Amino acid sequence: MNERFTPSRPEELAEILRWAAAAAVPLAVTGGGSKAATGGPVTAAHELCLAGFSGIHSYEPAELVLTAGAGTPLAEVEALLAGHGQQLAFEPPDARCIGGEVRDPDAPRAGTLGGVVAANLSGPRRFAAGAARDHCIGLRAVSGRGEPFKSGGRVVKNVTGFDLPKLLSGSWGTLAALWEVTLRVVPAPECARSLLLGGLDVAAAVRAMTAALSSVHVVSGAAHLPAPVAARCAPFAAGAALTALRVEGPEPSVRHRLAGLQGLLGGDSLLLGEADSGALWRAIGDLAPLPVAGERELWRLSLPPAAAPAVLAGLSQSLAADWLLDQGGGLLWLSCPVDTPAETVRAALEACGGHATLWWASATRRAQVAVFQPQPPALAALSRRIKHSFDPLGILNPGRMSRDNMSRGNTSRDN
Amino acid sequence: MQMPAPEPAILAQRAALLAELRTLLADDQVIADSAGLRAYDSDALTAYRQPPLLAVLPNDVAQLSRVLAICHRRNVKVVARGAGTSLSGGALPLADAVLIGLGRFNRILDIDYDNRCITAQSGVTNLALSEAVAERGFYYAPDPSSQIACTIGGNVAENSGGVHCLKYGMTTNNLLGLEMVLLDGTQVRLGGKHQDAEGYDLLGLLTGSEGLLGVITEVTARILPRPETARAALLGFADNEDAGRVVAAIIAAGIVPAGLEMMDRFIVAATEAFCQPGYPLEVEALLIVELDGPAAEVDHLLGRVVEIARAQGAVSVRVSESEAERLAFWSGRKAAFPAVGRLSPDYLCMDGTIPRKRLPEVLRRMAELSREFGLRVTNVFHAGDGNLHPLILYDANVPGELERAEAFGAAILRLCVAVGGVLTGEHGVGVEKRDLMGTMFDEQDLAQQQRVKCAFDPQGRLNPGKVFPQLHRCAELGRLHVHGGRLPFPDLPRF
Repeated sequence: MNERFTPSRPEELAEILRWAAAAAVPLAVTGGGSKAATGGPVTAAHELCLAGFSGIHSYEPAELVLTAGAGTPLAEVEALLAGHGQQLAFEPPDARCIGGEVRDPDAPRAGTLGGVVAANLSGPRRFAAGAARDHCIGLRAVSGRGEPFKSGGRVVKNVTGFDLPKLLSGSWGTLAALWEVTLRVVPAPECARSLLLGGLDVAAAVRAMTAALSSVHVVSGAAHLPAPVAARCAPFAAGAALTALRVEGPEPSVRHRLAGLQGLLGGDSLLLGEADSGALWRAIGDLAPLPVAGERELWRLSLPPAAAPAVLAGLSQSLAADWLLDQGGGLLWLSCPVDTPAETVRAALEACGGHATLWWASATRRAQVAVFQPQPPALAALSRRIKHSFDPLGILNPGRMSRDNMSRGNTSRDN
Repeated sequence: MQMPAPEPAILAQRAALLAELRTLLADDQVIADSAGLRAYDSDALTAYRQPPLLAVLPNDVAQLSRVLAICHRRNVKVVARGAGTSLSGGALPLADAVLIGLGRFNRILDIDYDNRCITAQSGVTNLALSEAVAERGFYYAPDPSSQIACTIGGNVAENSGGVHCLKYGMTTNNLLGLEMVLLDGTQVRLGGKHQDAEGYDLLGLLTGSEGLLGVITEVTARILPRPETARAALLGFADNEDAGRVVAAIIAAGIVPAGLEMMDRFIVAATEAFCQPGYPLEVEALLIVELDGPAAEVDHLLGRVVEIARAQGAVSVRVSESEAERLAFWSGRKAAFPAVGRLSPDYLCMDGTIPRKRLPEVLRRMAELSREFGLRVTNVFHAGDGNLHPLILYDANVPGELERAEAFGAAILRLCVAVGGVLTGEHGVGVEKRDLMGTMFDEQDLAQQQRVKCAFDPQGRLNPGKVFPQLHRCAELGRLHVHGGRLPFPDLPRF
């Protein structure tokens, strides 16, 4: 890439995009760079880096709302919130970890607020608290037309106009360059503990998670790690598969509910205190126990939670070895040998529905396969028209979400 | 309220369109007589009435798809309608639009307890979803006040809320999938039983799109286990500001109530007279704080709520000791609108949201506006999420009062925006707040939203006259205004 633009004021951003639109010059939109290895490789003349939009614009703990520049480091936001006993309920994972980098548990967490929204990232609490898209209530951005716009607001309850914050969440920078986001925040739980069940096979584990999530005990984390993966999850490794359930809230309630879960699920179980529970869920969210780098590729499968055993049974043994099942069964991370055919992975979802994304692989490989699940023709056509409504010239992140967008200057391209 | 002028080219086709629809549908599925059409002439925003060109009641998605394709080919406008409970005129017919009633889309298609979801056709009522899964102890969380009548399809179109959205979210936070038909008859499925989209979040976009993007035919919604228990506190205050401070203190203590409602003195008196919920009458503000969840947690947190209330000078504190008592606390709140309806010939229900901390000043300013406009206003308030429902009392039989009430309502909504809030928290823009969109959004904000509309409906045939104050042609919106032509590379701006 020839140039790297680093605007820090919205007028500068708009000017760059007006210029790029006028000259039909494609741009790679970036933030902290922690998710560079996810999505299709972008073919662009220049980089548009939004990290300069860094800083908290407004935070009112009593209103449960925070507005900040899209380039604000996630770590900074989380530290600020923690100081006020609050948090992001959707528990964004460290995208650098799930992108396959070597982990340093003491390093500050990677990622920017805008990147989290653009990727619609969420962690283990997703099934109970929603994803980034459920917490992004307002934004300011500049479209691929070079026109600034805002959508949403600074209050949680708002149905004024189309919900563009949702549409832009998970759009991977292909619709507009996001420079400010407003997020809903929530009080952090007083207490969080976990219950571990050992040695269950995946069918039994999903039955246990389903029973727990269907109970009155309000579970906010439910994951299953097969034995080889659990073995890498120090200090909880016991040579067996691990099924974990998290309970959060006021201490008397947590105690009562953990006892309720133990009664409901029976068998042997182990209770984890606050610190161990926090470490375990951080590790699960960041995929710490899953081998990713080296001769591996990472697939992310979103599926109906109860279908997980059938999906795993549908994969060959070599594929169904290293995986981690999170979000009550609704999210399956699959670490596969390099060059595992996309069709093989996606075929496993055919019966139950859902989608598979090649989350981490080499750029060469990501240029060869459909990284995101291909859509039926009518839906794909609709998505292309939406892309066109924001970015008619296809200058924003061409190639990131779909492959047939590598050339430039053609207004009828795909996103 | 100015609606788009009926297009002669559409009105002229009425007989031919009717004949074509009759070849496709049974006699009782096509309504063309004036008495029959009058039944559809308004939704719950009854100040506006307009019989549609024709009304049709398709039986299934195949029929609906064919009806839409016919309208599309003839360039005829279409308005979809669920139960007609919109408070913003979202389903208000147009003289040159076919009204599509979705009442026959009334089947629950699938209950999947293991995946904790239910799939229903769009005409199924909100309450029916919860009733269908009650036997296994589940429910569907969003509970708009009209839940006995309103449909899930309408809830999706309007992104309906309810008294429990502070804790459980609005409709958009409780959906997994939907099926819709585009104006040209194309069927599209979004999502399924899994979380999050594989591409753009069209499910999120469609939710709250007020019938402007597609006709929703089927919805898959998340269901939750019903909480072990629910208890409520009824807290009375001599001063609105004391009540406001309690709301802030509850939130600051990290407590997220299932419901946190505030009523003013007038509503308290009106509901007590209407249904005797046992409210204390000598208070300026009454809060209902409901907590739900595991019994151990509810008891624990309710104790803290009561402590907070006493510390802030509550003059009346009651805590529900039985389910009957909890329901009695709610009976007045739920009857607030009919109770006011008994005391005033007509009322307008507004729906702005404000940052919670601005409540005292907004209430003061609203009282001043009430004097200026010479009309009474009373307030029920989803205090937990800052969603105000001021009720403006007026008499439509007095010439000029409706217009005055509307002007008062507009002033209240402008006030909401001015203090950092929004025009509508849960009722939708519809026709009611359409002309106020400019107070919240500038031209470019609205142009981008309308370009999204163009991606679904380039001719602007689906529910026109709603949401957007000005209709622009899609070709005009899509035009790129390039100043100075293509810039040469050396002009690259550097920052």
